[in-house]
Amino acid sequence: MSEGKKAERRLGLLLCAPAILIMAAVAGWPIIYSVWLSLQRYDLKFPDRTEFVGLDNYVTVLSNSYWWNAVWITIVITVVSVVVELVLGMALALIMHRTLVGRGIVRTATLIPYGIVTVVAAFSWRYAWTPGTGYLAETIAGGDPVLTQKIPAIMVVILAEIWKTTPFMALLLMAGLALVPDDLLKAAAMDGAGGWQRFTKVIVPVMKPAILVALLFRTLDAFRIFDNLFVLTAGSQGTASVSMITYNNLIKGLNLGIGSTMSVLIFLAVAIIAFIFVKLFGTAAPGSDGGGRR
Amino acid sequence: MAAAGAVALVATSVLAGCGSGDGGIVVNVYKYPQENFQKIVDNCNAAADGYEIVYHKLPREADGQREQMVRRLAAEDPGMDVLSLDVTWTAELAKAGWIREYTGEAKAEVEDGTLETPLETARYEGKLYGAPDNTNVQLLWYRGDLVQTPPDTWAEMIRLGSELESRGEPGLVEATGKQYEGLVVLYNSLVNSAGGQILDENGTKAVVDEGAVKALEVLKTFATSDVVDPSFSNAAEDDARLAMEAGDAAFMINWPYVYAAAQEKPEFAKNLKWAPFPAVEGGESTATVGGLNYAVSAFTEHPDESFDAVLCLRNAENQKFQAVNDGVPPTIEAVYDEPEMAEAYPMKDAILETLKNASARPSSPAYQNVSTVISTILSPPANIDPRATADRLRSELQDALDSKGVLP
Repeated sequence: MSEGKKAERRLGLLLCAPAILIMAAVAGWPIIYSVWLSLQRYDLKFPDRTEFVGLDNYVTVLSNSYWWNAVWITIVITVVSVVVELVLGMALALIMHRTLVGRGIVRTATLIPYGIVTVVAAFSWRYAWTPGTGYLAETIAGGDPVLTQKIPAIMVVILAEIWKTTPFMALLLMAGLALVPDDLLKAAAMDGAGGWQRFTKVIVPVMKPAILVALLFRTLDAFRIFDNLFVLTAGSQGTASVSMITYNNLIKGLNLGIGSTMSVLIFLAVAIIAFIFVKLFGTAAPGSDGGGRR
Repeated sequence: MAAAGAVALVATSVLAGCGSGDGGIVVNVYKYPQENFQKIVDNCNAAADGYEIVYHKLPREADGQREQMVRRLAAEDPGMDVLSLDVTWTAELAKAGWIREYTGEAKAEVEDGTLETPLETARYEGKLYGAPDNTNVQLLWYRGDLVQTPPDTWAEMIRLGSELESRGEPGLVEATGKQYEGLVVLYNSLVNSAGGQILDENGTKAVVDEGAVKALEVLKTFATSDVVDPSFSNAAEDDARLAMEAGDAAFMINWPYVYAAAQEKPEFAKNLKWAPFPAVEGGESTATVGGLNYAVSAFTEHPDESFDAVLCLRNAENQKFQAVNDGVPPTIEAVYDEPEMAEAYPMKDAILETLKNASARPSSPAYQNVSTVISTILSPPANIDPRATADRLRSELQDALDSKGVLP
């Protein structure tokens, strides 16, 4: 390596160093610390009982029915909302892509739900589903307090989640649609492919990287659902997601040991989801070259 | 490291901002949003010697209040001086070492003339950690136009309700059966009325004895009877009140605030009568006490001024003022005899009588967990299977007390 190249490399490292240090401080250290906490019995209410317990907390959490209920609730919310969002988002993306008149207005209008702060949106959903004051509770639910019943409450949570993030999905998919060359579609039409065939055989394969990135982002987001749930049910009647139950144990229960164990488990689950998407489905991180299977 | 240092620097300057003002000593009082509390603070500031009380509003809901306080106490925040605690939080904060014990003159002044039951909620392991500001106890409310003599027991109340229903008159019984603290209060009152115990005296062992099983039977019987409101398992205090005001019910278990609220409907209010909390067959009626105590943070830089401020905020005159203006029952017994009380609290004798017999909720540093476990397991009350539910309560409560369990 030439002297100039070495100097350049040193400069590069130096320029990166502050960012790396800050990342280590704000992301790395808390992760290490929560792993450390998860190996202890550490309850702020009982400061004199703190001790190292090894994997006891993991045994406690993984053998607990509340935790597994939260895992299933989270999976249901994630799968249902992401699937519905993909279908709706694709439809919206196609519409936005084809719109000839007022394209800007259509796109802006579609993005409004995504622009509203989640907590604010969740509050309006909560009031809408509250009997007495809410128009949805009075018309659709016939005055039933749907948010206090497990299954209906989960449905409302999923609905709120879909309403909020479909625009994001549509936006990502629309970017993917722009990648599909018009010539390819014209050629397919010349070869006699119908609309549906053009969609499944041409558009979707070309868009695949964009679709997978959209799915990855939304799956990870949905898996960590917290704000919507916090406002809508606060996890009562067994509607807690894994993030919600972690919050309950960590912040409400002040049990740092159990709560950290849950955080570590969520961290692992998110890592596994990302791994599956990137390695098995070949999702490319945005910005990386190739944009497909490696 | 540099980044961490910078963060610490910012944090210190922010904290310093909430501490003492320019020169004078500031006592920061954290309390829920109470309509006329600023007036009380102003009164105390006029009388205060060398410090100024500043009222900071906590969130409206109890969970939010507790969360803000414990988070800041865990971080040893010196910006909080006086904390207003729900009666159930004393043990937790005392055990964690976050609040100061009342000793000497402050202790003597707090205990002087204060009702014993509220005082009991401010004690932990024999030491006084709080100064009772207001108290609360549930009563049995009934429709005077439908019922001549109020029932003494739950069984009698259910029977009276059924009779009314069978005659086509409103006979429902309203109570708080939603999965939240209200259900715990209801269950705790039943357990105490049946002479039972949920936790032992020290709050370290889950007992759930025969009395607690008996209470489960009563709750189950009520929840599956024909006088229970169909939305019982979703009803909080206000839902119960509204259903009663709508004319569906003849009875209601609720806090005294319903009396003031009912005054907006004079037709309904004139028939709204009250009686002590109904007993469980063969026992004495003992309702659960609620209310609020002032504690002084362990991290305050001005403990003397803080204790002084507390004594003023809760003195007899201010207790009377907030009882009349904000509807919260006093904790100093003599205040009940004041002439102004007769109009604001026509049911003051029933409150006093119930208060003297009332009992506190289980005292444990892990109360939050205990409460969550109880409300989760008992919900919905119609699904209770007394023996099995009691066994489940015992084991999950023990886990919660040992900080081993998972909070739902």
